[in-house]
Amino acid sequence: MVPIFFWLFAALTLGFAVAVVVNRNPVASALSLVMSFVGLAALFVLLNAYFLFVIQILVYAGAVMVLFLFIIMLLDLKAEERRKFNTAAVIGGLAVTAAFVAELVAVIDAVPFGAKTFPIIRDNIYDVQNVGRLLFSGYNLPFQVVGVLLLVATIGVVVLSKRELK
Amino acid sequence: MDLTLNDYLLVSGLLFAIGFAGVLLRRNIIIIFMCLEMMLNAANLTLVAFSRFHLQNGLPNYNGQMLVFFIITVAAAEVAVGLAVIVALYRLRQTTHVEDISTLKF
Repeated sequence: MVPIFFWLFAALTLGFAVAVVVNRNPVASALSLVMSFVGLAALFVLLNAYFLFVIQILVYAGAVMVLFLFIIMLLDLKAEERRKFNTAAVIGGLAVTAAFVAELVAVIDAVPFGAKTFPIIRDNIYDVQNVGRLLFSGYNLPFQVVGVLLLVATIGVVVLSKRELK
Repeated sequence: MDLTLNDYLLVSGLLFAIGFAGVLLRRNIIIIFMCLEMMLNAANLTLVAFSRFHLQNGLPNYNGQMLVFFIITVAAAEVAVGLAVIVALYRLRQTTHVEDISTLKF
């Protein structure tokens, strides 16, 4: 646990997350989201979840965001022109978010063991080995079901993009 | 000063709140979809933090990390299908602006 790195990467994640929401240009938003995911992956490293760090970078920052950028360029989206600003909707949205954050802070204060520091791990962690062993023994059935789910999603995408919509 | 569980929960909660605000405030479907992904990732951070916090035989509790693994897989499938739907919608209406898609609006 290195606090400086934690706060650095937390700031990176949250800062770029705000940039996703604030940017008008969809491409800039997507690239900010990539940086946000990279910061999050770094937080996974600080929590000794090395396998999830690699998966996060490969799947999210790599595959998913490439797909997003690909679609943005396919649809040829320009930066949004200024529409008439719906003030009531913006104020409402911000109020709901503020209420959510207030509730969140209250709940986090009430977590019974939240103020305790993380326990120290003395042994070496063979992270990928541990994850793989559990994945192929205890979680074998869900693993195969997820494989079927991915197949169904693939077929669904092909059908959606091939059919002539009238 | 060492990090506490609350630090991670706070970062994760703020990330979720930012994604939530994005879903409420933005009117571009693709941006809304990105913010949904951000919210899923905030949940993942909470799961990993709890997995590291509750040690099992001196190791992180890997059941939590399994859930994160499945969330990432399902989210990838969700993104593929969701973006295909958005492309189909765009071919039909030539827009990604949610206020132009108001067929179901009361």
